[in-house]
Amino acid sequence: MSFDPFRQLTSRTLVLARDNIDTDQIIPARFLTTTSREGLGKNAFYDWRYDASGAPKNDSPFDHVDLSERRILIGGANFGCGSSREHAPWSLIDLGFRAVISSEIADIFKSNSLKNGLLPVEVNSEAHAQLLKTPDSQVSIDLETQTVTLPDGTETPFVTEPFARRCLLDGVDPLGHLLNQSDAISSYEAARA
Amino acid sequence: MEPLSLFEKLWRRHIVVDETEDAPAVLFIDLHLIHEVTSPQAFDVLAERGIGVRRPDLTIGTLDHSTPTLPPGPDGEWPYATAQAKQQVETLIENCREHGIELFGLGDERRGIVHVIGPELGLTQPGKTIVCGDSHTSTHGAFGALAFGIGTTEVGHVLAAQSVLQRKPKSMRVIFDGLPPKGAGAKDLALAMIAQIGADGGRGYAIEYAGEAITNLSMEARMTLCNLSIEAGARSGMVAPDQTTIDWVKGRQYAPKGADWDKAVEDWLSLASDPGASFDREVHVDVSHLAPMITYGVSPDAAAPIDTTAPAPTSDTERRAAEYMGFEADKPFTDMSVDKVFIGSCTNSRLSDLREAAAILKGRKINEGVTALIVPGSEQVRRDAEAENLHNIFIEAGAEWREPGCSMCIGMNGDTGAPGELVVSTSNRNFVGRQGTGVRTVLASPATAAASAVVGRIADPRQFMNEH
Ligand code: SF4
Repeated sequence: MSFDPFRQLTSRTLVLARDNIDTDQIIPARFLTTTSREGLGKNAFYDWRYDASGAPKNDSPFDHVDLSERRILIGGANFGCGSSREHAPWSLIDLGFRAVISSEIADIFKSNSLKNGLLPVEVNSEAHAQLLKTPDSQVSIDLETQTVTLPDGTETPFVTEPFARRCLLDGVDPLGHLLNQSDAISSYEAARA
Repeated sequence: MEPLSLFEKLWRRHIVVDETEDAPAVLFIDLHLIHEVTSPQAFDVLAERGIGVRRPDLTIGTLDHSTPTLPPGPDGEWPYATAQAKQQVETLIENCREHGIELFGLGDERRGIVHVIGPELGLTQPGKTIVCGDSHTSTHGAFGALAFGIGTTEVGHVLAAQSVLQRKPKSMRVIFDGLPPKGAGAKDLALAMIAQIGADGGRGYAIEYAGEAITNLSMEARMTLCNLSIEAGARSGMVAPDQTTIDWVKGRQYAPKGADWDKAVEDWLSLASDPGASFDREVHVDVSHLAPMITYGVSPDAAAPIDTTAPAPTSDTERRAAEYMGFEADKPFTDMSVDKVFIGSCTNSRLSDLREAAAILKGRKINEGVTALIVPGSEQVRRDAEAENLHNIFIEAGAEWREPGCSMCIGMNGDTGAPGELVVSTSNRNFVGRQGTGVRTVLASPATAAASAVVGRIADPRQFMNEH
């Protein structure tokens, strides 16, 4: 999947202050019968945003929020746990998000997000607590320096797996990288045959 | 020689290109299982880029998630939940046909839930690397394979290159101390472990399960345990191959035969962690007093012994969970009334699970207020269960006996609970809405689910076990 390189991002945040936000919350399974990657944003956090009749819920963190201004999602600990569905990052990207910040992000979700240009950012618990406590605040993420500028203006570091970081910064295509190793794969196959 | 862990041995065997600071390792994949939900977009990428499938011979497809569990009508049409579900199934059929991938489609006697059929057919073998666009791929680790779930982009990578780019995970050994008392099985073992280490406790780790309690487990039970590794946040969980493993694999359709078999066995038995092998983390779980476990929250680590009460919530997240689930602090779990019971899923839909449920349902009736759905994990499981007459025990008790598939584990095929209903389920996720909007899921073993169906409330299965 192609996406714009990611360097810096500044945006107001949308805060979902719950731990263990699982992939069934991000995109309920009944929306997974699609065979496309597109258009999943309308179903993202569907049961948080809409009631059974499809009307927007007024106690949801999404209520009255102009999502077009929110490109950074703040989640509680262990964000993205659960299934391997890549529909989760697809749907968040379709909703306009380009980064998720938490104190902990689940492995498969993290890996899936990186492959689609959604930057998973894990910060220390102090920084995380500040982000959770100050919804709607302005936050900047710099992937080159791997720092987040928090609402109070202080900076906090994060680490991105170096290869994924290079893919995001320079638009390197992981599948291309893998296909470039086909000779090595062939030798491996031959040695085992 | 440096003592190596099972994981380390599996990892080293499959390195095509070593990892460097700049790039992850290229890891060769011996078996790629695909299903209808997480593969279509991967095939699209192949088509967009004009790439073929590198090793269709190492790729196997099955239909499980969106497939109906009710039989075809008189017109031969399967009762799909939606036109989109049907289209998803047809897309996989078409993709497999185009790329020469073997598919166990509707009507095929080998079809079933991807993590049930892999082992059953002998495709899953010790020493292999196994991936699938499905997080419960950890199940196959029960055989001493390195098996983990991947996303759709990676499904594309494996289709194109039979390899994945991976950073080496850290290793963890979970040692179960003691032997579980009667009435507590693999599901209870797993829930107790998850409750202890947390839903994120295994994040970043490949787990090896060890201890006498594990050596004593049947293959089916080991699969249940490894299946739930991901609910502790670990992408893979494994058990060292031993005679139990060998006996189980022997003679299965895709298992090695003749001289190859003898060679394979020798190799497989050499995979166990060497004495003195090191792990990044070691955890002990005492199971000597283990009771049947259930979950009371909306994350699998909210699990507790069935004969206790729900703890008082201590955080906002827990308060919301308690409100959603309706468990009150200090009220016995067994006071909670049950609307539905689901026995099935890749966690607990094998023959042994169905026997466990049947032992309790035999000669009893399901409580009036409860509907029970029993869904075998595969066509093979269904045939075996029917050969033992288990289906009649279920039907006579008042349960529904269905076609194999994921069914109410994920509710993609239309099998769901209704808003507000409390479902005691042998599946793996109690997430909000997992089994249908507003459905409250309580995870439990097949015995506990069956006992709850009979009583109409969450019920301790041990009350039905002491009679014989
Ligand atoms: S049974 Fe449930 S967890 Fe297992 S593969 Fe199917 S949907 Fe996933």
